[in-house]
Amino acid sequence: MSAPQRFLERLPARRGDEPSWVAARRQAGAARFEAIGFPTRRDEEWKYTDVRRIADGDFGLATHADYDRDQFESQRLALDAYQLVFVDGRFNAELSDLEGLPAGASVQPLSQAIDQDAEAIGGSLGRLAGVDFSPFTALSTAFADEGAVIRLAPGTVVEKPISLVMLSRANDVPVMSHPRVLIMAGANSEATVIEHYLGEEEAANFTNVVTEVLLERGAIIDHYKLQEASLSDLHIASIHVDQTRDSRFNSFNLSLGGALVRNDLVADLNAEGAETGYNGLFFVQGRQHVDNHTLVNHNAPRTFSNENYKGILDDRAHGVFNGKVYVKRDAQQIEAYQNNANLLLSDRAEIDTKPELVIYADDVKCSHGATTGQLDEEAVYGLRARGIDEPMARALLTLAFAGEVMEQVKLHAIAERVERAVAGRLPERFNLADLVETAEAVQEA
Amino acid sequence: MASEEMEQLVRREYKQGFVTDIESDTLPPGLDESVIAFISQKKGEPQWMLDWRLEAYHRWLEMTTPSWAHLDYPPIDYQAISYFSAPKKPEDRPQSLDEVDPKLLETYEKLGIPLHERAALAGVAVDAVFDSVSVTTTFKEKLGEAGVIFCSISEAIRDYPELVQQYLGTVVPQSDNYFAALNSAVFTDGSFVYVPEGVKCPMELSTYFRINAANTGQFERTLIICDKRAQVSYLEGCTAPQRDENQLHAAVVELVALEDAYIKYSTVQNWYPGDEDGKGGIYNFVTKRGDCRGDRSRISWTQVETGSAITWKYPSCMLRGKDSVGEFYSVAVTNGRQQADTGTKMIHLGENTRSTIISKGIAAGRSDQAYRGLVKVGSRAKGARNYTQCDSLLIGDQCGAHTFPYQEIGNSTSTVEHEATTSKIADDQLFYCRARGIDEEDAVSMIVNGFCKDVFQELPMEFAVEAEALLNVTLEGSVG
Repeated sequence: MSAPQRFLERLPARRGDEPSWVAARRQAGAARFEAIGFPTRRDEEWKYTDVRRIADGDFGLATHADYDRDQFESQRLALDAYQLVFVDGRFNAELSDLEGLPAGASVQPLSQAIDQDAEAIGGSLGRLAGVDFSPFTALSTAFADEGAVIRLAPGTVVEKPISLVMLSRANDVPVMSHPRVLIMAGANSEATVIEHYLGEEEAANFTNVVTEVLLERGAIIDHYKLQEASLSDLHIASIHVDQTRDSRFNSFNLSLGGALVRNDLVADLNAEGAETGYNGLFFVQGRQHVDNHTLVNHNAPRTFSNENYKGILDDRAHGVFNGKVYVKRDAQQIEAYQNNANLLLSDRAEIDTKPELVIYADDVKCSHGATTGQLDEEAVYGLRARGIDEPMARALLTLAFAGEVMEQVKLHAIAERVERAVAGRLPERFNLADLVETAEAVQEA
Repeated sequence: MASEEMEQLVRREYKQGFVTDIESDTLPPGLDESVIAFISQKKGEPQWMLDWRLEAYHRWLEMTTPSWAHLDYPPIDYQAISYFSAPKKPEDRPQSLDEVDPKLLETYEKLGIPLHERAALAGVAVDAVFDSVSVTTTFKEKLGEAGVIFCSISEAIRDYPELVQQYLGTVVPQSDNYFAALNSAVFTDGSFVYVPEGVKCPMELSTYFRINAANTGQFERTLIICDKRAQVSYLEGCTAPQRDENQLHAAVVELVALEDAYIKYSTVQNWYPGDEDGKGGIYNFVTKRGDCRGDRSRISWTQVETGSAITWKYPSCMLRGKDSVGEFYSVAVTNGRQQADTGTKMIHLGENTRSTIISKGIAAGRSDQAYRGLVKVGSRAKGARNYTQCDSLLIGDQCGAHTFPYQEIGNSTSTVEHEATTSKIADDQLFYCRARGIDEEDAVSMIVNGFCKDVFQELPMEFAVEAEALLNVTLEGSVG
């Protein structure tokens, strides 16, 4: 049996009352996935990322959504947010909390949305992430029956963030989940959505998530993806954004956990005034592998994008960055900036970066830059001359390197959590124990 | 043994009539082992050379055309190409400049090319115009004194077989890529340079001065070896549009720099770009690679690419020796329907190796241009350093400019920087020039020349002056 067949064998029996369009899509996804199979490193898009760890795996499906409440409370973001909680892809109503959600906003699990509002979401679900985007979106189309649907009526402003918590459990048999997230932001609506991946330390599951974001005229969405899953988790994600006139999409992609993480970000700027910001930070150690592929399609004149991705790599970790800016013929007066900087802390770490520009219009200002290097020894010396010992100096400079991305993060709780995580995981030669202690003492006081 | 079988095969085919064919000067279109045997025989090559060609041919058969480049062209029928044609006899060529296409002459005029050179470039039978023998003789004497070997690759195979055997294919192996494999099988001409230990080549070497340069053929093979502490500057091509009937050009250039050696390789390419619809232009599929084998060696590529319908070219450096240096300076100009996918590879293997990449792309008309580059730093290349800058200038709203820089970095002590920008000629710059009485076309050419300055200053003096003139001619009609 081929690997795709082995995966598709796990498809649950179809429910009799499922709408026919859902069934048809499932079938199309399965057929497509079986036909193309898993990508290999011969595919340009997967040149630096080997997914055999996934393809060779044997993953079941979770049968329940139990998760220890105390454990959850100790792990969750210290943030007042509406939240939907999923455990290995199954919805956990007990841990979820949507109280006080404004009237114009609807937040529901996908299963419920399909049952109750099939017509409202049917046209949008899968519109941006079809079966052709990648083998993993095809696989997702075949399996997806759970996830989150967020709908904002025109003019609705949701003050508190909406947090989608995806928990991964340490199971006897590893499981896979294929959550879908659909965000439909009506004209001039505003919201902050967090996708938070975490779980038990021993978890070794496969998560294949697809997110679609549709922004109507003037809508503003801040999207956070905080990846803190266990160091054995396998994670494939794609985020697809469709922007109309004067809409704004801000992505914060913060990647700390996971054994293998692949993120695809695709934003289509389809009308004048649309603006996209991509902010990314990844910190990887051990044998972690993180691959960020980003694409901005400037399909209309006077659209703007700004991208800043930073990577810190230690031990034998492997990082990949592929950023592409596309400017369509006649899409004039574009401004597109892209920057990728990488810090290598170890000789055995590897980074492969490829910033691409594909431009078919002449009245544009586009630039990209990519740098890879180590800490500036003069800066280390400068700090040491001021009485800071060497490990501390290195740690401070590493944090400062991440700082440029982190200072864009508007949610303080997330910024602090990520900075602490980076500080706490820095190697011993970057000893920050004192600093962390001091910070904790200050906070307690 | 496979090689024995091959030999038998070759011998058998000889019997079947190719011996009789040797008198003929041009082969009918098509490619098989007998064609390769014919070329080899015609060139009077030793057995090892024939074996090498056949090995390349067999590898080529197993390969497929690369499709990753940002290029669009119909598939090439390799059986429709004639792989050998003897140099044209003087009586077949135009006998004087009067017989040459006036459009071509007009371009020469604009480029300011000396009269006698125009004739040579237009393919006029050389002895009808001026005697180049005297030039060549003094030139050869001077090189001989210095001990520099400079001859065609065919002569080198005959006269210096040990050197050729030692170095040929060591930088670009036969099976390196589709076009290199094809070239290895069927190359008919090219240059060979050997600069002995400690010698600084007394003059700039140019294919133009080589006696048979008038017919360079479509599958050129160039091999340049610079021994310890030696130096050479080599110029390839010329700024004038060249008459050429071959549509497919698949050249291979190999450079070897031993300890402390320095090779500077400059190219100006201005082949026929095709008509307004892009039909009939040259396909330029070139593999160029330099090997900095010795410590402290240095290889520098400078190219000005303005011609050809399609350019597929990535002059590269393998930086093996400690402290070795690789450089790539490029100006690529495309207009009309031209397509160019060009760039470089810098492979850092040795400690403290350094590389610089400066690439300037100018796209006008309905052309499409891509910079594609790779900077790879191996885990042992401690302290490696790269700086890359690639800027694109777009003239008109129907062209495209693209950048695909790959960086693969496996060493924490290395520093790699990449910067790229894409923009058009700023209106305020144009306005500034216009306000001072400079007409628009001159203003554009001034701004474009300024844009390319970093690269032009790397070119040898006369080349740089011609390159500037060439740029203006290429961009003619793209403004307004």
